[in-house]
Amino acid sequence: MTGDVNASVEAIFREERGRLLAALVRRFGDLDLAEEVTSEAIEAALLHWPADGVPASPGAWLMTTARRRAVDRLRRDKTYAARLALLQVEADRSGPPVFEGALPDERLRLFFTCAHPALPEADRGALTLRYLAGLTTAEVARAYLVPVETMAKRLVRAKKKISVARIPFRVPEPHELPSRLPGVLQAIYSIFTEGYAASAGPDLVRHDLAEEALRLARILHRLLPGEREVTGLLALLLLTHARRAARTGPDGGLVLLEDQDRSLWDRAMIDEGEPLVVTALTGGPPGPYGVQAAIAALHDEEPTDWPQIVGLYDVLRSLTPSPVVDLNRAVAVAMRDGPEAGLALLDALAGEPRLRSLHVYPAARGELLRRLGRPAEAAEAFRAALELVGSEPERRHLLARLDEVTG
Amino acid sequence: MKYLLLIHGASDACTLQEWADYDKSLRDAGIHVDGNPLGEPSLSTTVHITDGGEKVVTDGPYAEAREVLGGYYIIDVPDLDAATDWAARCPGARYGGSMVVRPIIEYT
Repeated sequence: MTGDVNASVEAIFREERGRLLAALVRRFGDLDLAEEVTSEAIEAALLHWPADGVPASPGAWLMTTARRRAVDRLRRDKTYAARLALLQVEADRSGPPVFEGALPDERLRLFFTCAHPALPEADRGALTLRYLAGLTTAEVARAYLVPVETMAKRLVRAKKKISVARIPFRVPEPHELPSRLPGVLQAIYSIFTEGYAASAGPDLVRHDLAEEALRLARILHRLLPGEREVTGLLALLLLTHARRAARTGPDGGLVLLEDQDRSLWDRAMIDEGEPLVVTALTGGPPGPYGVQAAIAALHDEEPTDWPQIVGLYDVLRSLTPSPVVDLNRAVAVAMRDGPEAGLALLDALAGEPRLRSLHVYPAARGELLRRLGRPAEAAEAFRAALELVGSEPERRHLLARLDEVTG
Repeated sequence: MKYLLLIHGASDACTLQEWADYDKSLRDAGIHVDGNPLGEPSLSTTVHITDGGEKVVTDGPYAEAREVLGGYYIIDVPDLDAATDWAARCPGARYGGSMVVRPIIEYT
């Protein structure tokens, strides 16, 4: 019984923590205070709800409790109160938020603050996980495979900049969105890619992280339903994550697309993602996430339509030129026209500084050389890839390939 | 909230009229606190006190052309977004120059 209540308490917190924090930041204009009283309200809930039952409106209960704690804290600490007074006056000028009934959803502001361009790019995903996904600092540290103290320091430094340099909690004006929204999308996408092709560690796919990114993309999509690139990002994550079960073999090793057991693909996720791709690509020029979602959708079909994938990479290249896009396009060309054509394109990218640290470049070259029956060169490329690879399953895949061409 | 806008590597392409217009726009918006151009780097002098308590005066320092601090403004605006918006409108942000925005810490 207590177990049931605790489980439901946990579930509510997952959903409510970010919402509550965002509403309190809006009310008090201070992330530290909001964080402190959010935790206190949740502690109070853990104490009272198992005994008294979960209230009818848990969100409102948490909000009321947290606000009371904040007011208490400000009464006790006059200096702190004075520092916040000005902020509060500014916040109140735009009308005090109403807490009757449903909590107003203020999370969109917090998304833009966490992904603010004045913050280090490396910290934006971590802040988003901490404050919007509601992960603890220890969980965020685990997500990025760094010690807890390191992550705590990074979060404290970022929070200090938000507070002292006064990075605002606000949704950018419509005319600012084109320059600000990509930062928010990138923060969520970076969480997903970290989870999806873990850059280090024993697992290839870290589902927990990928799923947090998916949850964040869903929240953002609910908050900005009309932004096609948000729709595109959600579609991209759904259509990529749909193949998760087929991407690793029983031994945890990497399984390439052409060898995947397609019955393991998540049909429901593909069905949810496909209409979103259409929305993302309709009604204006395509954005990079919409195009990548379309590429992912084609990967989810059988047989894979490589000519169209190459065409979409051409579009993507015109939107966001990068050697990584060129690399992916070269692989698609190899699938369409044969390994020789792909290899020529890959070789043209040799010496590209942004590919130098990525194992996927030599790994792709090795794969094409292997298919062309040039084992000595393939072995050399696989060895180069092994120097750079981070995740254990990919290392094993490369070692197996190396064995094959040298054996 | 006061911010110091540091004008780095301002180009000679900025006209006097552009500077005058920008200065006026800050005053018209009621956010101008202070602001001045600085003498060129060859006019700067460095001072420090040695461990023995002696005052030492030296010439310089000199900086790379694009890093030269050519002037500053102090503005009073609500937040960092407003500060960077105003910095972006400064002639010093154009033609290869850049602006550095730093919050001013006030102990009250």
